Amino acid sequence: MAECGRVDSNTSHTMDKSITLPPDEIFRNLENAKRFAIDIGGSLTKLAYYSTVQHKVAKVRSFDHTAKAAAGDKLYEISMQEEVTARLHFIKFENAYIETCLDFIKDHLVNTETKVIKATGGGAHKFKELIERKLGLKVDKEDEMTCLIKGCNFVLKNIPHEAFVYAKHADSEFRFQTTNPDIFPYLLVNIGSGVSIVKVESEDKFERIGGSSIGGGTFWGLGALLTKTKRFDELLQLASKGQHASVDMLVKDIYGGSYGYLGLTGDLIASSFGKSATADKDFSKEDMAKSLLHMISNDIGQLACLYAKLHNLSRVYFGGFFIRGHPVTMHTITYSINFFTKGEVQALFLRHEGYLGTIGAFLKGAEEDNPNQYSWGENYAGSSGLMSVSPDMNPMQRARSGTFPFDMLEMDRLERQLVNLPLLQDPSSYIPDTVDLTEDALAREYWLYCFEEALDGVVKRAVASQPDMPEAALRAEKFRQKYRHKLQTLRQQPFAYGSLTVRSLLDTREHCLNEFNFPDPYSKIKQRENDIALKYYQKAVKSLDELSWEEKQFALVQGVLAGNVFDWGAKAVSDVLESDPEFGFEEAKRQLEERPWLVDSYDQWLERLKGPPHKCALFFVDNSGVDIILGVMPFVRELLSRGTEVVLASNSGPALNDVTNGELQILTERIAAMDPVIEAGLREDRLLLVQSGSSSPCLDLSRLDKVLAMVVRERQTDLVIIEGMGRAIHTNYYAMLSCESLKMAVIKNSWLADRLGGKLFSVVFKYEVPAGKPNKDCGAFSPS
Amino acid sequence: MAFHSFPWFGMDIGGTLVKLVYFEPKDITAEEEQEEVENLKSIRRYLTSNTAYGKTGIRDVHLELQDLTLCGRKGNLHFIRFPTHDLPAFLQMGRDKHFSSLHTTLCATGGGAYKFESDFRMMADLELHKLDELDCLIRGVLYLDSVMSSGPSECYYFENPADPDHCVQKPCTLENPYPLLLVNIGSGVSILAVYSENNYKRVTGTSLGGGTFLGLCCLLTGCSTFEEALEMASQGESTRVDKLVRDIYGGDYERFGLPGWAVASSFGNMMSKDKRESVSKEDLARATLVTITNNIGSITRMCALNENIETVLFVGNFLRVNTLSMKLLAYAMDYWSKGQLKALFLRHEGYFGAVGALLELLHPS
Repeated sequence: MAECGRVDSNTSHTMDKSITLPPDEIFRNLENAKRFAIDIGGSLTKLAYYSTVQHKVAKVRSFDHTAKAAAGDKLYEISMQEEVTARLHFIKFENAYIETCLDFIKDHLVNTETKVIKATGGGAHKFKELIERKLGLKVDKEDEMTCLIKGCNFVLKNIPHEAFVYAKHADSEFRFQTTNPDIFPYLLVNIGSGVSIVKVESEDKFERIGGSSIGGGTFWGLGALLTKTKRFDELLQLASKGQHASVDMLVKDIYGGSYGYLGLTGDLIASSFGKSATADKDFSKEDMAKSLLHMISNDIGQLACLYAKLHNLSRVYFGGFFIRGHPVTMHTITYSINFFTKGEVQALFLRHEGYLGTIGAFLKGAEEDNPNQYSWGENYAGSSGLMSVSPDMNPMQRARSGTFPFDMLEMDRLERQLVNLPLLQDPSSYIPDTVDLTEDALAREYWLYCFEEALDGVVKRAVASQPDMPEAALRAEKFRQKYRHKLQTLRQQPFAYGSLTVRSLLDTREHCLNEFNFPDPYSKIKQRENDIALKYYQKAVKSLDELSWEEKQFALVQGVLAGNVFDWGAKAVSDVLESDPEFGFEEAKRQLEERPWLVDSYDQWLERLKGPPHKCALFFVDNSGVDIILGVMPFVRELLSRGTEVVLASNSGPALNDVTNGELQILTERIAAMDPVIEAGLREDRLLLVQSGSSSPCLDLSRLDKVLAMVVRERQTDLVIIEGMGRAIHTNYYAMLSCESLKMAVIKNSWLADRLGGKLFSVVFKYEVPAGKPNKDCGAFSPS
Repeated sequence: MAFHSFPWFGMDIGGTLVKLVYFEPKDITAEEEQEEVENLKSIRRYLTSNTAYGKTGIRDVHLELQDLTLCGRKGNLHFIRFPTHDLPAFLQMGRDKHFSSLHTTLCATGGGAYKFESDFRMMADLELHKLDELDCLIRGVLYLDSVMSSGPSECYYFENPADPDHCVQKPCTLENPYPLLLVNIGSGVSILAVYSENNYKRVTGTSLGGGTFLGLCCLLTGCSTFEEALEMASQGESTRVDKLVRDIYGGDYERFGLPGWAVASSFGNMMSKDKRESVSKEDLARATLVTITNNIGSITRMCALNENIETVLFVGNFLRVNTLSMKLLAYAMDYWSKGQLKALFLRHEGYFGAVGALLELLHPS
């Protein structure tokens, strides 16, 4: 059964009316809210609304250079513009606060175009009158199961690391699954008061294939009878302290040991509560609760496996209030699934399981806006993360502690629809990140420390980027607090937003900067660097052209690598650059490690260049300034000269000093004006500038702009070049592509260099040819 | 065929009950009578002249099979049971009656054959011949179904399981029974797919069985025997304890084809304090029975689907004097499979393991 049968906890919904909400943190952007949905369960209310957010964005605009302005003029101007983006807000709080929350919403709701509120959940009818009276909105009830499935599809599609496997005794309890673009078919086992087993085959096709009456309600109801304990979470706490073997009859109680003939171990439960049938004694509450928990979890697990087998499904997600945020039940269900399928099926759980109903109800109401046509991204700055509210704390305790417990999820509508890079060898096994900090405690410690250390510098640069705004310092301070708090949370709960990675730490920082209207702290630095680098372009190209063919090929690679040393994102480099602005390109080249490099397949690359040209190269670029202008562009120029088409993929939005698509457009035009090869490339449509769809210093090849994917396919791309530490080392170091690939980076972090067996400024030059490709000259290379 | 000396016993020592079958020869010649040692006579007299032994041993007289021919001998087969925790008393009796002097092999199956093997040796000087319980179970089932007996048919089913007023027990036989799903409900439950007499596999099992019913009933109602628990259950109303589909949806949940009377959440009403205070012990006993029975039905049905088997045979002592559960199972199989599955039952519910053990004594496989 669905969770519709949930029963109210014994807390009255009128308590804590006097509590004041922290308006900065909860119900954000309410003034622009235009569409609501609510899911009221047995104890928790989940509210959803759609709102628009005004963001400051940095835009670049080319100056008119036909007027031949005096030398030293800037290449382009930067302006801060307001941009409106769409955001979905989801807030979860206890039913006890519903009236307070409704009052708050009513008081802050400016836009009241909305006439209805979509509602789902067992408690929806109970609070219908209250909602209608308070908000003046008509409550429109939606089918619970439909909402649940819609919500589930949405999070599985849009939130990377949404699903996880729970392993109680592992180094990291939560093992997140990579987002598989093919989410269907799957089985959803919803454990509310009863159990519903639903097979989901597509966006609109699902079927309740079975269920069981033994569910969360059985645990709660029977548990309350047996132990005289009223609350569900208290029962779980009891259970976690008990010993089921004193109540259950085990195989060894019958056999004296294992039942070897059938391979049943002695500790297996032969008969739940079997001992209470024969032994005339008192059993402890803890032991009975534990026995009950095992009985119910095993039973559900067994049925789920039988249904999964019958329908030949291997992905089984568990949800419902029995599971929600309770490590105890996730553990027992996982154990049961492992036992019954011998590990063939994994029990999967969802980070945002509690929100599925309200997300679905919201989507039902928003169908005219086609939310499913967009890609969405989790806003780390505004989302609370997994386990933000301890399930062990009951509402009375929380009320006494004076905090208003709520949990939030914010989803930003992305400007671009995101898809897989068509050149991934196996999209279902692709993991962008090289190191999972959730599992690697040492690496986690280092990077958390590193990001905390770098915070002062980031704050300083953020303030400096907005010299005309006096309140920038205050905002920057708020940013510091927010990001520091995130880092602290991640120290305690590394799993809060899925797998913790260097990428997620960087992205979280970008989200937090955006949150406080620092859309592009590096805009001025990038501008200055671009201006300077551009002046050297012709000279650089000329000196390259004087070299012999082989010398030139090496110099081009060296140029890309040296250019990549110019990176304000890496602390070691930004220190040098800030103290010595004259630190030049040539000096950077000298800093480079001598060959053989840490990873060095240059010889294979050179051999390949002696062969026929590539049809089309996709180049994921990195930094502004020297990197893109003096490193990447000459390299691109050479590819074009060879007859290879080039697609330059740059970020859609700013991240650190990475060149954005907007900036790259202007830069390329300027270079084209000086360089006939680039000019011809643009004119003949053999050089394309496309945006990646990302605003991250790292690169997730499974979430790229749909247009980019289309271009890649159309042009029959046969070479992918990935440049820089963020894109080629922190991410994609192990990415397997179905065509030739070249990963180039300089390691500008001594800890990471050490980890990889190198030293500061070690070079990674990783040229790979997928196995089975006809080109025999260049065998696949693997790092030493 | 080698004649095996008397007495002929088969024993099944389960988690809760010990099941004992005893073959009483009725064709003893005068010559034999003379040769028969006194100990053997005394045991025979003790077992056949009583219907209760000690405080807890019971002979199920109504199950006795008379005029049976076994291994060329004519006689009656007796069915005796006592709680496993009284096994020491049984061993003491064996010792008192000098059972070991008879030099017989005691064929025993069930987990207790392993667990108590040393107790048999130490306390009663008896060597057990241990046998696998599932092998014995299947052998026993097939044997009892096949023997010609003057009594009622071993196998039966319920006609019109959906209609309580016209639901009647009808005899049948296990002719061409394969493939067969054999569900043995003892303290726990084992589910076997049987393809022939010697070809079977254990599909799965569940720990929610007879022991769970009785265990929970003892805790919830303070009762102490299976009979008491069943008696209470027969007087209770589970709908006061369980939350039904109609309690949530006001009627059927049509979108998913769930009838209003179906249980949505077993013990679901007990989440509410008021309702906890208003239910009776009888209601709780009934809900426990319904919950356990329906769950077994549910798992059985899924196994039948997965194994592609249409005939289901329910055995085990949970079904003893438990028409309520049998009718529920018959109904559940019929309703949820839309008539595809047929539930069959056997009169000697829990004794097949013991019978199988006896057969092993006479015809070693």
